Amino acid sequence: MGSYSDFIVGSPLVDTAAPDGPIETRWERRRFGVKLVNPANKRKMKIIVVGTGLAGGSAAATLAELGYQVSSFCYQDSPRRAHSIAAQGGINAAKNYRGDGDSIHRLFYDTVKGGDFRSRESNVHRLAEISVQIIDQCVAQGVPFAREYGGLLDTRSFGGAQVSRTFYARGQTGQQLLLGAYQALERQIDAGNVTMYSRHEMLELIMVDGRARGIVARDLVTGETRSHLADAVVLASGGYGNVFYLSTNAKGCNVTASWRAHRKGALFANPCYTQIHPTCIPVSGDHQSKLTLMSESLRNDGRVWVPQKAGDTRAPADIPEAERDYFLERQYPAFGNLVPRDIASRAAKNVCDAGRGVGPTGLGVYLDFADAISRLGRPAVAAKYGNLFQMYQRITGEDPYEVPMRIYPAVHYTMGGLWVDYDLQSSIPGLFVVGEANFSDHGANRLGASALMQGLADGYFVLPNTIGDYLARGVEPVAADAPEVREAEAAVAGRVEKLLSIDGDRTVDSFHRELGHLMWDHCGMERTAEGLRKALDRIPELRREFWQSVKVPGAAATLNQSLEKAGRVADFLELAELMCLDALHREESCGGHFRAESQTEDGEAARRDDEFSYVAAWEFTGQGSAPVLHKEDLHFEYVTPSQRSYK
Amino acid sequence: MKLNLRIWRQDGPEDKGRLVAYRVDDADEDMSFLELIDVLNEKLILDGEEPVAFDHDCREGICGACSMVINGEPHGPQKATTTCQLHLRHFRDGETITVEPFRAAAFPVVKDLVVDRTAFDRIIASGGYISAPTGAAPEAHSTPVPKPNADRAFTAAACIGCGACVAACPNGSASLFLGAKITHLGELPQGQPERSDRVIRMVKTHDAEGFGGCTNTGECAVACPKEIPLDVISQLNRDYLAATTHRR
Repeated sequence: MGSYSDFIVGSPLVDTAAPDGPIETRWERRRFGVKLVNPANKRKMKIIVVGTGLAGGSAAATLAELGYQVSSFCYQDSPRRAHSIAAQGGINAAKNYRGDGDSIHRLFYDTVKGGDFRSRESNVHRLAEISVQIIDQCVAQGVPFAREYGGLLDTRSFGGAQVSRTFYARGQTGQQLLLGAYQALERQIDAGNVTMYSRHEMLELIMVDGRARGIVARDLVTGETRSHLADAVVLASGGYGNVFYLSTNAKGCNVTASWRAHRKGALFANPCYTQIHPTCIPVSGDHQSKLTLMSESLRNDGRVWVPQKAGDTRAPADIPEAERDYFLERQYPAFGNLVPRDIASRAAKNVCDAGRGVGPTGLGVYLDFADAISRLGRPAVAAKYGNLFQMYQRITGEDPYEVPMRIYPAVHYTMGGLWVDYDLQSSIPGLFVVGEANFSDHGANRLGASALMQGLADGYFVLPNTIGDYLARGVEPVAADAPEVREAEAAVAGRVEKLLSIDGDRTVDSFHRELGHLMWDHCGMERTAEGLRKALDRIPELRREFWQSVKVPGAAATLNQSLEKAGRVADFLELAELMCLDALHREESCGGHFRAESQTEDGEAARRDDEFSYVAAWEFTGQGSAPVLHKEDLHFEYVTPSQRSYK
Repeated sequence: MKLNLRIWRQDGPEDKGRLVAYRVDDADEDMSFLELIDVLNEKLILDGEEPVAFDHDCREGICGACSMVINGEPHGPQKATTTCQLHLRHFRDGETITVEPFRAAAFPVVKDLVVDRTAFDRIIASGGYISAPTGAAPEAHSTPVPKPNADRAFTAAACIGCGACVAACPNGSASLFLGAKITHLGELPQGQPERSDRVIRMVKTHDAEGFGGCTNTGECAVACPKEIPLDVISQLNRDYLAATTHRR
């Protein structure tokens, strides 16, 4: 058995199920090519959807509307609380309502370029095409997007784009879109087409004859673990940014559903691709439990700066204009404060590393609205960003109308996830993966306002079209007491029992915090081979300590939040190792992944397309043993890879 | 800072429950209220006690999960603030703080500070939506919406479904929650075809779930972390009256 810092190169992935030919026609042709399921047969088919965010909620509602029997699962008390709800800024769509030169092709182009040429052209083009329909769908559902005085939809611009294509609902776009999907889901629940299992967590994937056939879920209130069988399983369980402990994710967001599937054979692609969001409220102390993001839309009107001199501790108002460095405007004149997230984040980190950071910890830069307030007036600024300003004030006790906000980058979104083909099917037949849980559309960096777009595109439009192709080919029934089902149930019970019986002397949170520090230091915004090797040495030790000395109080047959956390952290402890290995093997800088050894003379990320223009899809071979790397080569016919420049 | 806490502990729905005194010596004024309970829980676990169960998730004031009554007020003393966004700088060093779950007949206690709010989901399921099958929507610009209507719809739609309105109401009424959804969808042209049925069905479910009637005490709007205005309840009453007197 090889050690974990080794890996084995396996067979390449060649079949992604995407049609070839002109890119504008690929999705249409694929849709025509899929086999259809007869409506009478749909009623007999059962689909499990895990997760109720934008992707899962919209998928469950749409599949139910098509006539399938759907079972929907979420760990929250209500599907309306999924973390998509926290997205503030907006959703992109190539409507070109402004006539400012936008088009499906430009959204496609911006997304491929913004992802640093590590996404699939076919998928991204489909996403750009569907973006147009998403806005229509959401407006029809009653999503209260911002309007102009004439009654038409308003838009704004976002990081990484020169056009105004972002639709928004004040600073609460995610909430409004999620409520749209949630209401559609509740309508189907009332109609009897969806069975809702809230406060349930998927803990195991059930596989029979090499296909995904169900899940084992724990009822978080009674502690009962039960199998749920189906003809297909859809994971819409979100990202894994909480591996860093501090992130903008909700506290409950976890990798368990994806990781359990990975352990059963689903390939995990590009795990090291983490997006660091440039505009978060800086960490204030050790007690901190999570980080709060301030919408990137603030960069439309806020100017980012630090003092020119290192160690300048004067109040911001006392620093004259000539002694300020508006570093984004200076370094990237064409995009200024609206450069993409990876560029803005690293630039902020660099000025702080040079000792010019602001605030008590020195890990912060100013986001200043003084110019906007004097240009537009306070009421206009309040109308656009009022709720964000209020939120900032509540958390920091400072008034951003009077003093500039302080911001710093934080872990936000994971572009990696389970590998899926063009139909959103994983490498396990019958297991589909949508939204942030899959790896597919954002490449190595996600443009602002594209996550909401992808979640809804997958859930409302892509999956409902492609899943039928699998189901139409026929799926044999599985007996409720099949040995595979019993085995999966036993695995869950054994794990729960083990966690409760260790009774050591360290809390789950203390392990999670330590892992998070390790990951932020060595697998965060900037990585080195040396640091990654250190992390790869430490993680297995930490995992051993966890299984020897974690303390989980309480019992299994009750609401036990410590037990829930323990199971999730156990999975993060395995995922973290794969993330570091993936980061180590990719000896290039790319998107949110900056390898210090690979940079241009002026400190920008240097991709190495000749060697690394592929998706890294990892196969699990056992805890701590060398995984197998399957490469999917990326081909660019429509957007030629070039050094990204925002200058 | 040092804080004395009196926290409601209840093992399950059948348990009687009681207030238990705790003390946290190493609180920090920058902590959120939930982080205070995190610190307490870490200590309880190491002492071999069960930590306090409470609902929380996004910790940025939008998911609506946190549901505790602090010193008699849902989400605590700070106006327009959820518990997760309530910071300790609003408390005095040495203060004694009482923490209880949201109390309402329609929100049974699950454990400690965790309550069951699924009645809200059932209210939405009974009509709180616009029936718009996926893929058949008209072009978004084909239906202009006057900005004042869109703005009012948004203000009502900002409800996070936390249930503070119910916990604050002496009658345990969910009229603010219900009125917010009625107003949101009723302000938009897309919401008109189902408007009458919607209000009748949602009010019926509201009553069947055990929420009380509204007597205009206004406590709900005071407690609401999203400042949903009381006039959504007037809207609800107008819509209900219109729907029940002009049945088709």
